[in-house]
Amino acid sequence: MNPIIEVTGLSKSFGEHTVLRDINMTVDRQEVVVIIGPSGSGKSTLLRCLNLLEQPQSGDIRIEGRSLLDKTTDIREIRTEVGMVFQQFNLFPHLKVVDNITLSPVRVRNWPLEQARAKAMELLEKVGLPEKAAAYPASLSGGQSQRVAIARALAMEPKILLFDEPTSALDPEMVGEVLGVMKALAKEGMTMVVVTHEMGFAREVGDRVVFMEGGVIVEQGPPEELFDKPKNERTRAFLSRVL
Amino acid sequence: MRDGTVAHVFSGKRNGRGVMVLDFRFDLIWEYAPYFLGGTLLTIGISIVAIVLGAICGLLVAIGRMSQRWYLRVPMKAYIHFFRGTPLILQIMIVHFLLVPIFLGSTNAVAAAIAALALNCAAYSAEIYRAGIQSIDKGQMEAAMALGMSHTQAMRHVILPQAVRRMIPAFGNEFIVLIKDSSLVAFIAVPEIMYWANSMRGQYYRMWEPYMTAAVIYLILTYSLSKLLAYVERRLGK
Ligand SMILES: Nc1ncnc2c1ncn2[C@@H]1O[C@H](COP(=O)(O)OP(=O)(O)O)[C@@H](O)[C@H]1O
Ligand SMILES: [Mg+2]
Repeated sequence: MNPIIEVTGLSKSFGEHTVLRDINMTVDRQEVVVIIGPSGSGKSTLLRCLNLLEQPQSGDIRIEGRSLLDKTTDIREIRTEVGMVFQQFNLFPHLKVVDNITLSPVRVRNWPLEQARAKAMELLEKVGLPEKAAAYPASLSGGQSQRVAIARALAMEPKILLFDEPTSALDPEMVGEVLGVMKALAKEGMTMVVVTHEMGFAREVGDRVVFMEGGVIVEQGPPEELFDKPKNERTRAFLSRVL
Repeated sequence: MRDGTVAHVFSGKRNGRGVMVLDFRFDLIWEYAPYFLGGTLLTIGISIVAIVLGAICGLLVAIGRMSQRWYLRVPMKAYIHFFRGTPLILQIMIVHFLLVPIFLGSTNAVAAAIAALALNCAAYSAEIYRAGIQSIDKGQMEAAMALGMSHTQAMRHVILPQAVRRMIPAFGNEFIVLIKDSSLVAFIAVPEIMYWANSMRGQYYRMWEPYMTAAVIYLILTYSLSKLLAYVERRLGK
């Protein structure tokens, strides 16, 4: 079967500053791809190109065969199929947890409110927070906020979930609860692209690990190969710093 | 000593015992009370209509001002510059003697007053909206976009509800300024508070009674409004 995401020759610059050069990468259905690399290497930018929060200058991105850069592609429709979870959660602070989750299904998918609420409650069960439905985001801990953000992304029933350092803003004792939810999703067969510094998660859950540095993919492969037998000198140097 | 100073300010007369007395003609104020009451209602009416129209137009101006499209952005910038950069009294005169006759066929002082204050208020409101919208973390717009919302949906359901809360103090301030500035429409003979104060001065050749009365009325209006706003802010701040 064709890969669900195909990135070919992707380049992105901000003004003079080239952040991604000639990125080629594929993600298969139900695959969990983990992107690692030093800060500033372009990991977030690459992820944000996948739902066109950033507009690349050249190359192509195909999701299920449809090019995102084709003028006839409805980018909003693509975004409903490619969910995103942010480092800073970005929950809507003026809405209760349940309304954070139902907003987009109701407004974008035109679901009836009861259906959206039923789905929201089901997802809150899944992330272990059914009792927080009527709470406001300000009253949640970081770990709870991120689990709600995951539920909010899942409410659109996306085919792919992108995670940009989902645990980096959390206190250490809350990292586990979020990684737990992500592991469960991976087990259910969700296609995921995860930028993270959690090497344990990358090794345990990742089907493939991509190492980026300086806007290029330096090396990629199954976690046991990349972590235990890195081929590239730069990969070795990075791993010796973080492991 | 302190009493003496105050009394001197009011009248400057002395009674037989050499003590300053207050020669303040409350009876004249009483006589004018019906006019001041009518003027106060007109001031309140004009100010409310102007702030509502101004806030609505201001939102449109702000959207144009923040647009990617230059043919919306440039005129709206010019609009804001004009109304913030010229004296309000000049704007009132232009609206009264030029614009209203063009649109209505004849002058109409109340319509001109409302229009001029609303247009002026729209320029200041537009900047309040812009500051409020830009104060919202950009992650909010990104999260909304990533969920498939259009720019308009994200504005309507995510950005504006948060921004409006932050704008309330600035709008309250704008409303208070507008009530005070509405006194300028006395120049085009709109019978509001200041108009009656001037009229009373002309009739009795007295300064203190009319202007103290006007001052007290404006203070009551602005003070009550600021209390009301503090209450609303507390309610929404929760
Ligand atoms: N909106 C932007 N404007 C200008 N430069 C940016 C912007 N976003 C990211 N960059 C730059 O692009 C580079 C890569 O950033 P990023 O993708 O966030 O890296 P990472 O997520 O790997 O830390 C950095 O040098 C950063 O400063
Ligand atoms: Mg990043």
